[in-house]
Amino acid sequence: MFQNIGEILILLWRTLGALPLTLRHRRKVGDQLFEIGNASLLMACILSLFIGGVIALQTGPRLAERGLSNLLGGLVGLSVCEELAPVMMSILIAGRIGSAMAAEIGSMRVYQEIDALRTMNIDPIHYLVLPRLVAITVALPVLVLFSILVGWIGGALVCSLNHQIHLSFSAYFNNLRQAVEWFDLTKGFVKSFVFAVVIGIVSCHQGLQTIGGPRGIGRSVTKAVVNSIVLILILDYFLTRALLFFDK
Amino acid sequence: MTQSPQQPPSHAVSVQVRGLRKSFNGQPVLKGIDFEVAPGEIFVIMGPSGSGKSVLLRHMIGLETPDEGEILIDGQPVQSPETMNKYRMAMVFQSGALLNSLSVGENVGLYLSEHRLKPAEEIARIVVEKLELVGLKGQENRSPGELSGGMKKRVALARALVIDPQLILYDEPTSELDPLMAVAIGQEILELKRRIGATSIVVSHSRDLAFGIADHIAIIIDGRILFIGTPDEVRRQSDPIIHEFLTVDFKPKQRKEDS
Repeated sequence: MFQNIGEILILLWRTLGALPLTLRHRRKVGDQLFEIGNASLLMACILSLFIGGVIALQTGPRLAERGLSNLLGGLVGLSVCEELAPVMMSILIAGRIGSAMAAEIGSMRVYQEIDALRTMNIDPIHYLVLPRLVAITVALPVLVLFSILVGWIGGALVCSLNHQIHLSFSAYFNNLRQAVEWFDLTKGFVKSFVFAVVIGIVSCHQGLQTIGGPRGIGRSVTKAVVNSIVLILILDYFLTRALLFFDK
Repeated sequence: MTQSPQQPPSHAVSVQVRGLRKSFNGQPVLKGIDFEVAPGEIFVIMGPSGSGKSVLLRHMIGLETPDEGEILIDGQPVQSPETMNKYRMAMVFQSGALLNSLSVGENVGLYLSEHRLKPAEEIARIVVEKLELVGLKGQENRSPGELSGGMKKRVALARALVIDPQLILYDEPTSELDPLMAVAIGQEILELKRRIGATSIVVSHSRDLAFGIADHIAIIIDGRILFIGTPDEVRRQSDPIIHEFLTVDFKPKQRKEDS
């Protein structure tokens, strides 16, 4: 993976250079956005609901024993919006969308469709990479926002329904409102934006590097997903460190 | 940019290949290739499988970078972006290489739509016209996955025609086709030469196609060009390797067994 970092950065640089052409490729961006939303929304909803719920379930009874259950809204709210929603959604998108990107571009490479584009003087970066990268960097932060809201609701549901916690919706959300600030939401956004770039560029790069037949495509898909997840988790640490500097 | 059959032929280009060498993973595939193709001629590169024909063709349209040597299109290196922008070149791939995510019509009109050379209605008209030329009238809304191998090749040909090419490269245009379709494609290549006057370079191991359409034939064996000449000159060649390649068939073996 790390030996390809240079190539990935060059691909990113060239794609960023093509950003002014985005409007020209808006139809393809729209198609990709639909693809991402269509493939991920339901899954994102289920995943987020249970993430919020499980944090509340893990921490709620212990806090309730010590009479601190009114802090649960803030605890679930912060952990979901700063960490769990961006990271878990990115991992989900790497698995669902990153793999699809690598597979589609990989099969286009194997079956000479990319060569055909080049013979028509159509740059594969403009035609294939740019719309995908733009779409994923727009879609993932939106999905993360959606995931944060659903995650909070999941936490609230568990807090109100679990007899050991027994925290009302209003008490939960009051505490959440006090604890979570706009900057905390921004942190989640920043992370999801960076992770979207990672998933998009790693998956497209892996697709463009595909050689061989169906086996090569399979290998590219696996590499795209694994490399994206590893990079997401590594970058998550450094982004968290960097964002801590901006905390009060 | 695209011209109708009534318009005069486009300006054909010359192709010069000089000292071309290419290796993959240390394995030499092209071992010093030199030849020249005159503007407007049909130049057929023949050779057995694995002799480096397709790799040579890919170099000629800039899909591969040579280890040594150069390819010049009208005297300009093919690798330079200016050459790709200045000259209209097209390649008909062995598999067709149609974009599966697009319909047949979108594939054919891709060059025009991506480079925004014509309005959408004009592109649709040209697509219908080019598909009609290759005998695929009314197929524009079908998906490439629904087409047979021969139809895919014809769509690829229509896609190449839309570019109004000055140079067309054909990679095994008749492989995997039945004899009737192979003849039809061969005739189409001749007809295109007559109609648009483009320089055509055809890679094939089909002897019938080569002798049927070529102005000049190059025989490539094991990464080297053994001979270049007109079809008659190639037929008269006494080199045993070329002779064997051009004459071998199932019958001699049969006779041997009979005797």
